[in-house]
Amino acid sequence: MRREPPQKLTDYSPLVFPAGMLIVFFVVPFATMIAVSFFKRNPSGFYTPDFVFDNYARFLSLFFGKVLGFSLMLAIAVAICCVVLAVPFTYLLSRARRRTQVLWLVALLSILSLSEVIIGFAWSTLFSRTAGITNLFVMLGIMDQPVALNPSFGAVLTAMTYQALPYTVLVLYPALVRLDPTLTEAARTLGASPVRSFFTVVVPALRNTIVATLIMVFIFALGCYLLPQILGRPQHWTLSVLITDQAIYQSNMPFAAAMAVFLVLVTLGLVGLTIYAGRKGEAA
Amino acid sequence: MRDILKTNVSRRAVLGAGVAGASLLAMPAVLRAQDKSLKVGVYGGYFKDSFDKNIFADFTKETGIAVESVAEPTGEAWLVQLEQAAKAGQAPADVSMMSQVAMLKGQSTELWAPLDVAKIPNASNLIDHFVNKYPDGRIAGIGAVAWYITLVTNTDVYKEAPTSWNALWDPANADKLGLLALVSNSFLLEVTAKTHFGGTNALDTEDGLLKAFEKLAEVKPNVRLWYRDEAQFEQSLKSGEIPMGQYYHDVTGLAAADGQPVRSTFPKEGGIMDSGCWALSRASAKVEEAHTFINYMSQPKIQALLSRKVGTAPTVKRDLLDLTAEEFAAVSSDIEPIIPRYDLYQTKSDWLNQKWTEMIAG
Repeated sequence: MRREPPQKLTDYSPLVFPAGMLIVFFVVPFATMIAVSFFKRNPSGFYTPDFVFDNYARFLSLFFGKVLGFSLMLAIAVAICCVVLAVPFTYLLSRARRRTQVLWLVALLSILSLSEVIIGFAWSTLFSRTAGITNLFVMLGIMDQPVALNPSFGAVLTAMTYQALPYTVLVLYPALVRLDPTLTEAARTLGASPVRSFFTVVVPALRNTIVATLIMVFIFALGCYLLPQILGRPQHWTLSVLITDQAIYQSNMPFAAAMAVFLVLVTLGLVGLTIYAGRKGEAA
Repeated sequence: MRDILKTNVSRRAVLGAGVAGASLLAMPAVLRAQDKSLKVGVYGGYFKDSFDKNIFADFTKETGIAVESVAEPTGEAWLVQLEQAAKAGQAPADVSMMSQVAMLKGQSTELWAPLDVAKIPNASNLIDHFVNKYPDGRIAGIGAVAWYITLVTNTDVYKEAPTSWNALWDPANADKLGLLALVSNSFLLEVTAKTHFGGTNALDTEDGLLKAFEKLAEVKPNVRLWYRDEAQFEQSLKSGEIPMGQYYHDVTGLAAADGQPVRSTFPKEGGIMDSGCWALSRASAKVEEAHTFINYMSQPKIQALLSRKVGTAPTVKRDLLDLTAEEFAAVSSDIEPIIPRYDLYQTKSDWLNQKWTEMIAG
C-alpha cells in the first residue's frame, strides 16, 4: 500500500465523483440560497434579483433574536437529553449478549422509519387528556383526573429526544463496542464500583465521541419544524417553523433564505467554538 | 438464450396487445383529446377527486373538451409555479382555481389573461363580489366555489351551541380553542373587527389594525392550539380534547353526518366566507376552451351539484338555485358573511404577518 501523499493530478481522480456530488447537491443549492437572501422582495408576490440587505435587517430584531435563542436552547437541551440517556444505555448494550444487541438495534432502527408527522401525532395522542397516559395514571390511582400534557415545552422536548435518540445510539455504538474492556477491568481490580468506573474511565475515554455526538444531535434538532408546531405553543416554535411559514405560506423566499443563512452561520459558529474549546481543553 | 428471446417476444406481444386494447377502449376520448383539451388545476386530494368524479366527466360529455385535472398545492406555492412557468411561456394548467389573495398577487404581474364575459353568458348568474376584476375593470377571474369558516364546537362538551364569535373572548373558554395559525388564512382580524369594531372597514387604517390586534391578543389565553394542519384540529375537536374553534363548515358538516359529536354554527356576526376563482394563465393557448369551461361551471345547476356533492357554497345567486332550504343551509347561510379583506394581504402582507407572529408567539 502506498502511503506517500498524492504526487500527480491524476492521483486526485478518486475524489472527482464525491466532489462532483457535493458541488451539485450541496454547494450549488446553498449558493443559490445565499444569492436569494440578497434578492429584493416584492410584497405583492415574488422577488427580483438584486443586492439588498433588507432581509437581514428585518431579521435583526429582538423578536427574532428571542426565537433564535429559543431554537438554540431547545436543540442544546435535546442534544444533552439524548446523550445523557444514550451513553449509559449504549454502554450496557455493548456489554450485553449478541442476540440482545441485535434485537435492540433493530428496534431502534425501526424508529428511524417513522416520519416526523407520525411521531408528532403519536405523542400528541399519548399526551392528550382524552386518550393519553394520564388516564393510565388515574387507573393506577396516582392521579385524580386525566390532564393534557401538551402543548408544552416538555412535550416538544420529549418527542424531539425520542426522534433523535436512535441516531445518538447508532453513533455511540461503534465507539463503545471498540472500547477496550481491560480499562474497566483494571478500574474494577483497583476497587472502583461499576458506576464509579463508568464515570471515571468510560466517559473520559469517550470524550471526543460524546462531543461529536452532541454536535450531531444539536444540528439534527435545530432543523426540526413539525414537532414544535404539533406539540408546542407558539412560544415554542423554532426558527425553522418561521422559515417554513415565510417560504411556503408567505412566498417570501428572500426573507426565508436570509433566516436560513443566518441559522447556518450561527450553527457553524457554535460548532466551531465547541471544537476550539475542546482542543484547548485537551492541550491544557 | 432462445428461451429468453422467446419470453421477450411474447412479453412484447402481450404489451402490444394491451396497448392496442386500451387505446381501442379509449379511442373516443383520445380522438376528442386530440382536437380539444384543457388542463384544469384544482386543490389536490378530496377536492380533485370530487371534481373528477362529479363534474369533469359530464363536462367532457357535453362539450367534447377533454379535461386533464392537475392537483395543485394550497397556499401560494401554485401561484409561484404558474408565474415562473408563464415567464418561460409555459402553462402547467390552463385554468386554475386560485385563492383571492393569489388572484390579487397574480394581477400585479398580469399573470391572469383577461376574460371576455361575452363568451361567458352565465357569468351574469354570479353574485357580484365573486367576479374578480383588475383595477381597470378587465375581468381576471370568475368565482368557482365558496366555503365558510365558522365557529365549531364539540356537542358533548358544549350542550348549547354558541351564538356569537364573542365566545372566543369568553374567559370561561380558557385553553379550549383551536384557531388557524396564519393571519392570511384565519381571517381573525376581520372577525375581531366585525364583532367588536362594527365591521371590517375598521381595518382601513393602520391604527384600526393595531386596535384589532390588541383586541385579538385577548383571546390568547383561551387558545390551546394554533393549527396549520387541518387534520390536527379536526381530530382534537372530535375527541373533545379541544372542544371549540374555527373550522371549515363543509368538513364539519360531513363529520357530523358521520355521527361525530361536532357542530358548525354561523355566529350572528356571520361566518367567514372565503372563495376560489377560476383564472386563466396568460401563457395558455386554450383561451376558447377555457371560456367554455368557466361558462359551464357558472351554471346554477352545476353550482347546485357542487353544493350537494362537494359541499361548497354556491357562487351564483340564491334564487337561481334549485337547492332546498335544507341543502342550502348545509353549505351556506342567509346571515350576511364576513368577507375577508384580501386587499390587506396583498398591500400589507409582510407587516401583517410580522405583527401577527409577534402577537401569537410573543
